[in-house]
Amino acid sequence: MSEYLVNIENERLSFFTPAGEVKALNDVSLQLREGEVLGIVGESGSGKSVTAYSLMGLTAYPGRLIGGSLQFNGHQIDQMTEKEMRKIRGNEISIIFQDPMTSLNPVYTVGDQICEVVMLHTDKNKSGANERAKELLSLVGINEPEKRLKQYPHELSGGMRQRVMIAIALACEPKLLIADEPTTALDVTIQAQILELMMELKEKLGMAIIMITHDLGVVANMCDRIAVMYAGKVVEYGDANDIFYNPSHEYTKGLIRSIPKLTEKEHSKLIPIEGSPVDMLNPPAGCPFAPRCGSCMKICLREMPPYTDVTDIHYSACWLLQKQEFEKQQAQKGDA
Amino acid sequence: MMDNKYLVEVQNLQQYFPVSGGKLLEKRVVKAVDDVSFGIKKGETLGLVGESGCGKTTTGRTLLRLHEPTAGKILFDGKDITNVNMLPYRRKMQIVFQDPYASLDPRMTVGDIIGEAIDIHRLAANKKDRQEQIISVLSTVGLNSEHANRYPHEFSGGQRQRVGIARALAVDPQFIVCDEPVSALDVSIQAQVVNMFEQLQEERGLTYLFIAHDLSIVKHISNRIGVMYLGKMVELADSYELTFHSMHPYTRSLISAIPIADPELSRKSNRIVLEGDVPSPVNPPSGCRFRTRCPYADELCALQEPEWKEVSTGHFAACHHLDKLN
Amino acid sequence: MPKNKISLQLNVEDFLPASDAEKESLTVMRKSVGFWKDGIRRLKKNKIAMVSIFVILLVFILSFVIPQLYPYSYEQQIRGSENLAPMQYSQKELQTIEAGESVFPHVLGTDSLGRDYAVRVMMGSRVSLTVGLVASCIILLIGSLYGSIAGFFGGWVDMIMMRIVDMIYTVPDILIIVLLSVAFDQPLKALSQQPGFQWIQVIGVNLISIFVVFALLYWVGMARIVRSQILILKEQEYVTAARALGASSGHIIRKHLLTNCIGTLIVTTTLQIPSSIFTESFLSFLGLGVAAPMPSLGSLASAALNGLQSYPHRLFAPAIMISVIILSFNLLGDGLRDAFDPKLKD
Repeated sequence: MSEYLVNIENERLSFFTPAGEVKALNDVSLQLREGEVLGIVGESGSGKSVTAYSLMGLTAYPGRLIGGSLQFNGHQIDQMTEKEMRKIRGNEISIIFQDPMTSLNPVYTVGDQICEVVMLHTDKNKSGANERAKELLSLVGINEPEKRLKQYPHELSGGMRQRVMIAIALACEPKLLIADEPTTALDVTIQAQILELMMELKEKLGMAIIMITHDLGVVANMCDRIAVMYAGKVVEYGDANDIFYNPSHEYTKGLIRSIPKLTEKEHSKLIPIEGSPVDMLNPPAGCPFAPRCGSCMKICLREMPPYTDVTDIHYSACWLLQKQEFEKQQAQKGDA
Repeated sequence: MMDNKYLVEVQNLQQYFPVSGGKLLEKRVVKAVDDVSFGIKKGETLGLVGESGCGKTTTGRTLLRLHEPTAGKILFDGKDITNVNMLPYRRKMQIVFQDPYASLDPRMTVGDIIGEAIDIHRLAANKKDRQEQIISVLSTVGLNSEHANRYPHEFSGGQRQRVGIARALAVDPQFIVCDEPVSALDVSIQAQVVNMFEQLQEERGLTYLFIAHDLSIVKHISNRIGVMYLGKMVELADSYELTFHSMHPYTRSLISAIPIADPELSRKSNRIVLEGDVPSPVNPPSGCRFRTRCPYADELCALQEPEWKEVSTGHFAACHHLDKLN
Repeated sequence: MPKNKISLQLNVEDFLPASDAEKESLTVMRKSVGFWKDGIRRLKKNKIAMVSIFVILLVFILSFVIPQLYPYSYEQQIRGSENLAPMQYSQKELQTIEAGESVFPHVLGTDSLGRDYAVRVMMGSRVSLTVGLVASCIILLIGSLYGSIAGFFGGWVDMIMMRIVDMIYTVPDILIIVLLSVAFDQPLKALSQQPGFQWIQVIGVNLISIFVVFALLYWVGMARIVRSQILILKEQEYVTAARALGASSGHIIRKHLLTNCIGTLIVTTTLQIPSSIFTESFLSFLGLGVAAPMPSLGSLASAALNGLQSYPHRLFAPAIMISVIILSFNLLGDGLRDAFDPKLKD
């Protein structure tokens, strides 16, 4: 039906809090092909997790989808009932979370929790599920799977728990794995293990991954495509090289400038993005990044910038790009 | 061993904490910091990196005697402060915390949080003077007088961290322990805070102990870096020397594990991925503590603890196989 | 993904750089709200809590103001007016009315000794409320002091203090109350004869022993709550920050620990009041409470049991009063918890 595994178009989602409406997602569009890795980067509160959760039909109260279309693997997610969604969740889409301790149930053994998922989505019996659980644990690189199956989550280390979470997520060989800051709670050396494992599994199982993170390093390592989010809006979308070597949105540029580089030989001052993140209850009328932007123009304060193509697969929402187009047109008029 | 050019120095610092649990009446300890020595020169920044549970935060807090050290010596400006009344030194040594949400009392206004420091050390002659001092210290961290009457929950993470820095600056210290001051902040805000630390150092000649798990930030701000693993210092060197010519296998794997924010470079780079997890500090491995994860470990590593030695000028490391590796 | 190359009607001016002032106008901070203001605002929104406050005020007026203005006193026995039904007049009173004078009606009738029942119920509420408030204050004082000392110093101090608490928990309280009231009876009576101690007679020996019992036994719950709060709070980083600034223990307790505990203290004390009232009523019902002729809601209910068949209203009036007081204090406590408990904040 479509060339994309995931196609989100103009998604709008708001949280109706007692203090007022929070536009958590404001015109979000994303595409992802089969077997690709999409990175969503942004600050806390920029809506990156909300986007991914809404794709699984998991929008927490008081949030509500108020517009746009979400397609996944031929399903129209925004039209589906909770019952239909349940068949897809854990089966075609799976998710792993930031904190592997709180996402595992402490009173059940690791084996129980994997078997539960296997039995829920397949017609395997208890012993069949147990076999599958063992298979999954060795798939995610856990030694002595039989011993581990009988252990409780608190007996495992953080990295090990995240491996178990991945095993559970992969139980039905999903087409899409959503990873919500999967390594933020882990140490660097453990993070490297988990990221390597995810890449290996991606090759082996041919699934697509949506990687939600605030760490540009993780994105650069893993992702084919990157969406940069700011204040509930995808401000720039493109492939990894476009974003890192040819960023066109001022926020992306600022973000890349502001991180210290380990490989740098000389000490140079960091160039930070000034100001504070947006107050989502009371966002500015125009571009949400305008108050912090170094090249802010008058129109940025009034109007939301439209998406402008940089190349076929690279677009961004910034008035500066519109300015370039505008000047080109003016020059053409002048010539004529 | 007395070396006067260090502003702050620790010698063979040990910090053990008792842990409950296990068998009844069995006394167990966590060796959070075990025999760590280093010195920080005036106006210098010493970075301290390591994974969670390696003892870097404990080192920073013990240094300020927020924990009483189990053994070892702490010197400030050449004077032994291990057993003295700390009150006069509290003005000279300050701390900035990781979590800007937890480190500010939610019931106090920003003005009072900063004023508390002024009150304790009786730095203000009268109310007006106190208010002026508060506003002046707020302006050094980029906040204004209007912010003084607000409560911490009204600020964003970055602004709260500025308040935390202002509190430390209010007593005009010489030395600040920065305990992961940017790791809880958004990427775009981290650079603001890092720059502020650098600027304050230039203006006031401050000396920092900068603790973080993110080596790229530590390398950016520090003159020298110490790497800790399970309560031990494993390597200490100039920050460029350490990042480009590291000697200890742990430092090497730590550096290679950091994801580089550059797609081309990261595709080319060869990762050393360490196997396994960090062992528990209650029951650390015998000999070299890193041996359970070290690709070069042999019997010697299990039997004998490696010696802390100066390999080249100012470059210290503790490993049995330095010759083999380099 | 459709994207328009050029949108809207644009002018050259639109692309002029914006001034800093224009940018700053977009980032106004919200109005400042303090902890108390915020809590009170939330409390005001809570309808149930507001109704409870109104009811509690009403009960206070009924028990502290109206008895002073009431034409009958709680101990006044009116000859010939024994056992009247509500709004009924005695022979003598009817004669007075016929003589043209007005007689205040006995709204709830009279008891077997000819005392106006309405004023007795109001006085009973006064006694119950006083016991509830004073006892809660005693509990607050002892409990929070004990709990904060145990929590702040920790270690073996905490260990010993909390084992004492455990011991007090295991003591059967009714037994202690009976023993204490017997043991206190004589010495207190003797003491009340001494000059300067006459007030003991006014309050009543039993009432004092009730307070002593509360002071000795019922603070343990409060102590445990405060201790656990202090244990959590003293590990907070802002306390470490204060220590790093050189703050003394006293300063930390006063400025950081108590101020952050205060929400919990208010809530726990408010919820303690109904439970104290209930205990007092229960003791009075058993005959261990206040001494006659002073009524309390419990003793009124107890006395009413004898004539339950003929005069059921004598049981219902104090019983309804107890229920209303306890219910409204409990609901107010819940409202306060929602408004001031920091755990629900943000």
